[in-house]
Amino acid sequence: MASNVPEKYKTLIKNNKRIDGRKLDELRPVKIEVGVVPSADGSAYIEIGNTKVLVAVHGPKEMFPRHMINEDRAVLNVRYAMLPFSTSERVRPGPSRRSNEISKVTRHALESVIFLEEFPAMGIDLTLDIIQADAGTRATAITAASVALAHAGIPMKGLVAATAIGKINDKLAVDLNGPEDNFGQTDMPIAMISTNKNITLLQMDGDFTKEEFKTSLEMAKKAIDPLFEAQRAALQKYYE
Amino acid sequence: MTSVKIIPKKEDTTIKNTTEKKDTKTGKKSTEQSNTIVLPGDILVESIDFLTGHGTYREGKKIYSKILGILRKKEHVISVIPLSGTYQPKPRDFIIGEVAYVGYSNWRVDFGHPNSATLPMSGVPEFIENGADLSKYYKRGDLLFAPIESVTKNMIIQISMKDKRARKLFGGKIINISPSKVPRVIGKEGTMIAQIKNKTGCIINVSQNGRIWIKGDNEPLATRTIKMVEKLSHKKGLTETISQYLDEEVKKMGTPKSKDTEKQ
Repeated sequence: MASNVPEKYKTLIKNNKRIDGRKLDELRPVKIEVGVVPSADGSAYIEIGNTKVLVAVHGPKEMFPRHMINEDRAVLNVRYAMLPFSTSERVRPGPSRRSNEISKVTRHALESVIFLEEFPAMGIDLTLDIIQADAGTRATAITAASVALAHAGIPMKGLVAATAIGKINDKLAVDLNGPEDNFGQTDMPIAMISTNKNITLLQMDGDFTKEEFKTSLEMAKKAIDPLFEAQRAALQKYYE
Repeated sequence: MTSVKIIPKKEDTTIKNTTEKKDTKTGKKSTEQSNTIVLPGDILVESIDFLTGHGTYREGKKIYSKILGILRKKEHVISVIPLSGTYQPKPRDFIIGEVAYVGYSNWRVDFGHPNSATLPMSGVPEFIENGADLSKYYKRGDLLFAPIESVTKNMIIQISMKDKRARKLFGGKIINISPSKVPRVIGKEGTMIAQIKNKTGCIINVSQNGRIWIKGDNEPLATRTIKMVEKLSHKKGLTETISQYLDEEVKKMGTPKSKDTEKQ
């Protein structure tokens, strides 16, 4: 891996500052907008650094396809897609192994907070479109998705926000950006519920020691608070 | 780009709620309450003396909000009035639906929900003989204004035409609004809808599923007013603003309109 790292990305941390000038425990700037898709029941647009995601919720409505119906509860249908122009190389449209996996983990991350049993035999469609990808797309999408679900009036235990903890130049850092993700060592997205900080998603690409893993969990718990605040501010601003 | 550090969190929301509790005990200012917007997962109260109303859930001593909405406290019940969301049928709600299918012993009524409602033969005030042609009573495409009688867990919805207010709708026009805004269109004890009816002279039927039936000469004004209520539903003192707006509009068009109606 080390051989094909460009010269400017060889040292990702200088004087305790990262390549984009952030501290190790600092998030990228967050911007959330609510109600951007008028035809949807709920929608949100989010920018975290250079990652931009558009989320729309349709439902609860008639379940389609019919054979997927569940008579006791609603089915959450998540579709994650990187739009063709979202990265420097064109992304082939349509489902892929990666997008199927992220759709599935996103569904699991959100399913546990939604009161699905209130809508028997119905479906909730959630589309996550990545407009611009610069690392942390699944975490960004989950943060926006729970805002869109709240905007759609869907009952939930709490909001869900997600961020990533990574290891770059042997140091732990919050919310990796594109180059840090590509040329760093480890990337671990974490999603948490706002009420009790229970974890609904945890994946890891790379490796941590036991101690590093423990400290990174603590870091995530602290780092995620500004995201909840941004979610709250966005929803309250929409109704002001 | 808004930077990350914005607005206080949890601790402050609980403080807000406690100050509000004082308000209700001392001054009973219900208008003060109407502006607190709560999000899913917000702690509304931390005590076992309260009951969970609509849009809330309990975990241990704490009562949390389930939905995005406006906090309401009535005596010992805490509830959240939704600001958005699709319509979920409840018994005794009035709906406006279209007869979609005439069966052998029942009608199926479509009211903009995944599950259509059933109107059984027994739900009609007249006596119908077995095997009679049901399209004599209500045929496909008829509009009905009727209350929901029962909703089962599997979403089998039954409506009835036996209620005094239930009727078939003739003429007029139907507009759609967001179901969560219906309470605002009706207003406190029906004040909002009563003033729209009086000042425009229209007959208006508001159903809980967000369909509103309007009939009368001033129908465009009534439509505009209702759309305005929907748009400004979360604003304070809306009844007064709407009253002013209606007065102005009626004044503007008042004289020629009345002549027109005289001619007719």
